[in-house]
Amino acid sequence: MDFLITLTLILDSAVRLSVPLLLACLAGLYSERSGVVDIGLEGKMLAGAFAAGTVAALTGSAWLGMGMAIVVSIFFALIHGYASITQRGNQIVSGVAINFVAAGLTALLGQAWFSMGGKTPQLQREARFNSIDLPFAESLKDVPVIGQLYSELMSGHNLLVYVAVVAVAVTWWILFRTRFGLRLRAVGENPGAVDTAGISVAWLRYRAVMITGALCGLAGTYLAIAQSAGFSKDMTAGRGFIALAALIFAKWKPVNALGACFLFGFLDAVAIRMQGASLPLVGQVPVQFMQALPYILTVILLAGFIGKAIPPKASGTPYTKER
Amino acid sequence: MSAPLAKLPKWVDYGLIPLLNLTAAFLVSGLVVLLIGENPLEAVYWLVQGSLGYGEGVGFTLYYATNFIFTGLAVAVAAHAGLFNIGGEGQAYFAGLGVALACLALDHYVPWWITFPFALMGAALFGAAWAAIPAYLQAKRGSHIVITTIMFNFIASAVMAYLLVEIFKQPGSMQPESRTFLEGGRLPFMHDALGWFGIKVAKSPLNLSFVVGLVASALVWMMVWRTRLGYAIRTIGTNPDAAVYAGIKVPRIIIITMMISGGLAGLMALNEVMGVQHRLLLDYVTGYGFVGIAVALMGRNHPVGILLASLLFGMLYQGGAELAFEMPKITRDMIIAIQGLVILFAGAMEHMFRPALIRLFAALGSKDVMSEA
Repeated sequence: MDFLITLTLILDSAVRLSVPLLLACLAGLYSERSGVVDIGLEGKMLAGAFAAGTVAALTGSAWLGMGMAIVVSIFFALIHGYASITQRGNQIVSGVAINFVAAGLTALLGQAWFSMGGKTPQLQREARFNSIDLPFAESLKDVPVIGQLYSELMSGHNLLVYVAVVAVAVTWWILFRTRFGLRLRAVGENPGAVDTAGISVAWLRYRAVMITGALCGLAGTYLAIAQSAGFSKDMTAGRGFIALAALIFAKWKPVNALGACFLFGFLDAVAIRMQGASLPLVGQVPVQFMQALPYILTVILLAGFIGKAIPPKASGTPYTKER
Repeated sequence: MSAPLAKLPKWVDYGLIPLLNLTAAFLVSGLVVLLIGENPLEAVYWLVQGSLGYGEGVGFTLYYATNFIFTGLAVAVAAHAGLFNIGGEGQAYFAGLGVALACLALDHYVPWWITFPFALMGAALFGAAWAAIPAYLQAKRGSHIVITTIMFNFIASAVMAYLLVEIFKQPGSMQPESRTFLEGGRLPFMHDALGWFGIKVAKSPLNLSFVVGLVASALVWMMVWRTRLGYAIRTIGTNPDAAVYAGIKVPRIIIITMMISGGLAGLMALNEVMGVQHRLLLDYVTGYGFVGIAVALMGRNHPVGILLASLLFGMLYQGGAELAFEMPKITRDMIIAIQGLVILFAGAMEHMFRPALIRLFAALGSKDVMSEA
């Protein structure tokens, strides 16, 4: 029973840790499926987190914080869109730039406005997304295994956790069951064909990057005002890049994304849990190894040693209409 | 939709357009300063005063510039082959291990000038090795170099953290860092080196790595434009298919180019580890690898341009520190944002002003403008 409790606790924290990854990963999914490579997920998430922290601190409303996070993140997404769709610039360079600008501005403005070393003020309870207890969670608590899993693992998360899970289903539905999704996938594979069909490549891609912005804003909101009680400098700490790795791991598919992000969240949770502990047979695993594992796995996957990750064909190349 | 691909005079391409892009980046930065409620002109004054206004400041500016020369050259060499090396960060960090091993092994026994070639080789080899794996995976297994080098940045960070905490940390010390090198493991500072010739300059962290940076720039120029290898690199960059037909072994050249690129990024560790910190410590690279992208973009991948761009970014770093001191509301994070804006305007949106300029030159009736449209 002791083992089961430990496992539930690890799984529970894995869920919490995987949610921002999942939201950012789905964000990247829309963009890359439409043919716009986005390594600026990190920056948009950070900008979103800052906006959420700031507005929630000033207004005391988590909802207004979330709204502002989405607006700011979409703004950054549109800059990336303008550079890579309209200007046909280098998408990688643009993504790097956005990460820089977001890292610099959030720290700078945070310090200038609040003078707390780049942090936003500590948020009160009502300015955050707090945990929600699912129905019957309390009464089922004592039922062995199932009740325990339900009350510990499924219940007691904040709203955005459930939103993230629903977003996976919605993304799958949009991509594979709607006309917009069909066109979105087509524009990432063969923009020329979409153009020939009389559909605007640019407008499709702009819509995709705006969805990316909105989801990154949600990911940032989760970090700043659901998981923590305020924004702190560089709080994304590379999660945007892990999300990117998860996206590759998921082979640009929404349901796989859920699995990949949960796996990476789980690794993270285990790494935190295992600090200093030693395992049978292998002995003590360095915590740094566990942290690097998602990146190592992604490299191995990319090299084609475990399956093959094939990105959307047109991703990374700006579309030029024939002259 | 498509912009006419007219040719502009060279001075516009290499002078005016970068200048316009840079101006746009600084104008937006100025707006940010206004947003904070400070005077942008005053900020510019402190930036320039802090970086060029006095001897020590100039020394600091050149010391920062040294790092940018190496990472800028690294990005540029790869770019000539059409490769985007975003892993300078990890390569430079891992290279610190090569420098530290040489210094720790030799500093008890020999003077610095014997340690120096070993440290130099250590930096280049370790940097090259860290770039070689992504290069191999790109050349032979088709995994995208951008993604693998990003992943390798994080892996390098984990490896170095592990080594510093578990292997290099001194007994009894709380800091995850190696022991401090003795005299035999330290590059002379410029103020000492020039002192041998009777030239007195202000004290600063500027050290002999700066000279290495200048030599490296010259060598890179020679390699890219004056050797068979450089020709192969540029051919691959311009047209990989043609390179195959020309009998160039593309995978081989890709791996060699990336190793040269990684080696150059690695030399940055020489400046930091052997030149200034005199020990191996956590996170000393802090963004220099990424800024190399901006430097290479600004410098149009040419060593002379890179030297100028490095100087500019050196000024931003040093002037930024001074600025943060004089105007406390503008923290050094401002510099990071400015770098981002420079990368955005000079890199991703580099052609923003081109159509307007083409129209302008066409209207002026310049004979240099040959419009194809």
